[in-house]
Amino acid sequence: MSDLDIQVPTTFDPFAEANADNAGAGSKEYVHIRVQQRNGRKSLTTVQGLKKAYSKSKILKDLKKEFCCNGTVVEDPELGEVIQLQGDQRKNVSTFLVQAGIVKKEQIKIHGF
Amino acid sequence: MATDSPADLKDEIPELAPFDPTKKKKKKKPVAQDSVEEVDNLVEKTENLSVEDVTEPVFAGMKKKKKKPVELDLIEDEDVDVGQENDDGKIAEDEEGDGIVLGGERYPWEGTDRDYKYEELLDRVFNILRENNPLLAGDRRRTVMRPPQVLREGTKKTVFANFMDSCKTMHRQPEHVMTFLLAEMGTTGSLDGQQRLVVKGRFAPKNFEGILKRYINEYVICNGCKSADTILSKENRLFFLRCEQCGSSRSVAPIKAGFVARVGRRKAGA
Repeated sequence: MSDLDIQVPTTFDPFAEANADNAGAGSKEYVHIRVQQRNGRKSLTTVQGLKKAYSKSKILKDLKKEFCCNGTVVEDPELGEVIQLQGDQRKNVSTFLVQAGIVKKEQIKIHGF
Repeated sequence: MATDSPADLKDEIPELAPFDPTKKKKKKKPVAQDSVEEVDNLVEKTENLSVEDVTEPVFAGMKKKKKKPVELDLIEDEDVDVGQENDDGKIAEDEEGDGIVLGGERYPWEGTDRDYKYEELLDRVFNILRENNPLLAGDRRRTVMRPPQVLREGTKKTVFANFMDSCKTMHRQPEHVMTFLLAEMGTTGSLDGQQRLVVKGRFAPKNFEGILKRYINEYVICNGCKSADTILSKENRLFFLRCEQCGSSRSVAPIKAGFVARVGRRKAGA
């Protein structure tokens, strides 16, 4: 009797993968990186759309150190926490986020001139 | 020119010919003739030779004698081969030199035994199509869009002079294009009396071009056939892009402004 290979049914949740995917990807949430102009040649970079789970202030601190610029986290009523950096840091921010593994390259959308 | 072409052919022959490239047509004849003469000389010599000299020259003579018909055969074969090779060379030259030379009825694969390649067939199809029906084969209509003209208005404003023109070329509503431009640039702006777009800030024509290109790729060009004959329509609270050429319809995202940081002076007390 014990020779027979009885397959003990294990708990198998066929939707586990789908759920994990959904929670992981966030159903196509894009991260928008924009740039605005200020006085003279000065500009401002805005990063919007990062997931709420991330500690924006920690990311900001690393960004500031990495690019030698100043920045802040702004609370927006409907868009959540937005990271603001001094200067045109679009490319820098994009590479930084991809390298750190915070977002995938397909989820980043760069706007602006 | 006459001297050049044989030289060219000679140059090509080593690439194409499977036989020994050192045996070239021109060179052979004098060598053969020389060898023939040498053979004659040697024959005479062998006749006149004494016993000591018999071994080498005799063998050499015999070797050369044997070679003679073989060499001649080789020459003959070479002539034939070279003749064929010449044609192939010409065809290959045409093929390589001009890309596609289908003057008259000559096709690149006719000279040799090989089967036609897919690229050759494609080229042939497009050539015929271009000759007979240039409309269908033409794909270069996108170059007619004029570059944006930007002027400065004061120190803090930029004017996009060709705005209406560009909108009409794209067959799009000016309001739609304007909202997109302002959202992407992150500034404010409006249409002035002469239908020009005035944008707050200092921008170069290159910036406008980039944003227009993005607009076109997103909202004007059809995904399937890449044609610019599209119509943007709003159906059931969604924007749809319908292509006139291939009839495909896809939904496009509405333009959302995104986060606009506060720049400029804050109002006192706010």
